[in-house]
Amino acid sequence: MESVDGNALAGVFAEVFGGDMTTARGRCESCGRMGPVGEAVVYAQAPGMVARCPGCEAVLMTVVRADDRAYLSLKGLSFLEVAV
Amino acid sequence: MARAALLRRLTWQAATVLEIREETATARTLVLAVPDWPGHLAGQHVDVKLTSEDGYSAQRSYSIASAGMPVEAPLELTVQRVPDGEVSPYLVDAATVGDQMEIRGPVGGYFAWQPDDGRPVLAIGGGSGVVPLMAMLRTHMVAGAKMPFRLIYSVRTPADVIYAKELAATGSAEVEFIYTRETPSGWPHARGRLDAVRLSQLAYPASAAPHVFVCGPTGFVESVANALVLLGHDAMDVKTERFGPTGG
Amino acid sequence: MPVVTRGFAGRGRSDPKLPPGQYLTEDFPVLSAGPTPHIDTSTWEFQIITESGARHKWSWDQLMMLPTEEPTVDLHCVTKWSKLHTGWRGVPLDTLFANVESAADYALVHAYGGYTTNLPLADLLDGQAWIAYQYEGEPLAPEHGGPARLLVPHLYLWKSAKWVRAIQMTTEDTPGFWETAGYHNYGDPWLEQRYYGD
Repeated sequence: MESVDGNALAGVFAEVFGGDMTTARGRCESCGRMGPVGEAVVYAQAPGMVARCPGCEAVLMTVVRADDRAYLSLKGLSFLEVAV
Repeated sequence: MARAALLRRLTWQAATVLEIREETATARTLVLAVPDWPGHLAGQHVDVKLTSEDGYSAQRSYSIASAGMPVEAPLELTVQRVPDGEVSPYLVDAATVGDQMEIRGPVGGYFAWQPDDGRPVLAIGGGSGVVPLMAMLRTHMVAGAKMPFRLIYSVRTPADVIYAKELAATGSAEVEFIYTRETPSGWPHARGRLDAVRLSQLAYPASAAPHVFVCGPTGFVESVANALVLLGHDAMDVKTERFGPTGG
Repeated sequence: MPVVTRGFAGRGRSDPKLPPGQYLTEDFPVLSAGPTPHIDTSTWEFQIITESGARHKWSWDQLMMLPTEEPTVDLHCVTKWSKLHTGWRGVPLDTLFANVESAADYALVHAYGGYTTNLPLADLLDGQAWIAYQYEGEPLAPEHGGPARLLVPHLYLWKSAKWVRAIQMTTEDTPGFWETAGYHNYGDPWLEQRYYGD
């Protein structure tokens, strides 16, 4: 199963966050690696989209898009750093 | 008005096909009319959703091919037909002027380039990965930008080159082709992949500190990005966009 | 009201016999939350772990010696595709649970690669579930969950964990990967229980 990257999350993240999140930087809770959302390893052929750490493969985030709502889980991130 | 336009582009909105241009046997450009299109940055993409009459829908992402300026210019997407695909065969073979689809975007700030970025630009595309890089090259030309711009474009055969005519007359931007399966007659190099050796010969050196954009199939992007870092480019200056196994 | 695209049919066809919101497909789409694990049958192991920590283990060779069934079942994926009359060979969970002593009501299923999913124990028994290792007469391919996957066709397919490695019995219901990411805790396709709160 080949992966894509965090650029594939741009559309649904724009809906959920109201703006671009691909340049936001996150810290992997499992290994401590920091990097932009755009560089996350993304499995987009799934019941939802799964973003994994490019370093250790741990799950960082999942996004499930239902018809009128989205479920966003940031379970594997220590934090997201967002420019404001 | 501005807030409504902002909210509309954050979610799905209708787009209508205005014009179609055949690019290669397997790729075509769709010119789309989108109400209140806010403009975009070169490198960004849109998500496209098609819904059938019985409610079944499928969606894919496509890079924007048109330049980021002027803002009033219509949106263009270049779509490559993916073997056994679901959305691309419709867009490349069936869509006609007047047809409608839904798009979400423009989105993507990570893989985006603006002319006020002063660094030289090194754009490396594999297959349909050239599309967002072409948007950058077109923007560079429209803006009359002065920084060096080099596109390295890897394709299987000469017939697969998208934008062939335009790439033959790019003015100041430099274009280097890599042919992996079949070269044009008289081509001075053997066919072959863009490996670390070719890359060291064709890319701007790390000392030039270029802003690098790599786009195409996942495997292509990973191997090129890794090779660039080994050549001394700072990983933070190398932006990547992976299209998946078939390159979108 | 989504915009309908003239002439687009896609891979799915609606059919009145399907659960609500589903579309029939002839393909067998591959969906995954991560890289495909590659497990050698020489090291493969399946366990049932009771709430008291007792472990029942089977190696691949031991699994191959157990009685099997060849169920033909319909698959319903929460992403809206359904595939009917699919043929499998597998060991019924009833056989594997035959000598397991437990008072627990829930199961948490673990897979190679880290995926988890949960369901009531009752949904694994009474002929409703198998550890399946052949699909349409051939060894189950890795991208579809091989060497062996859980098959629980009366629930959405995300409950049929690919690359199954263990079933852990729990006294409390413990939501798994997708259940903690916004999907429904139970997942009955006929009640269209796709998302949390449906």
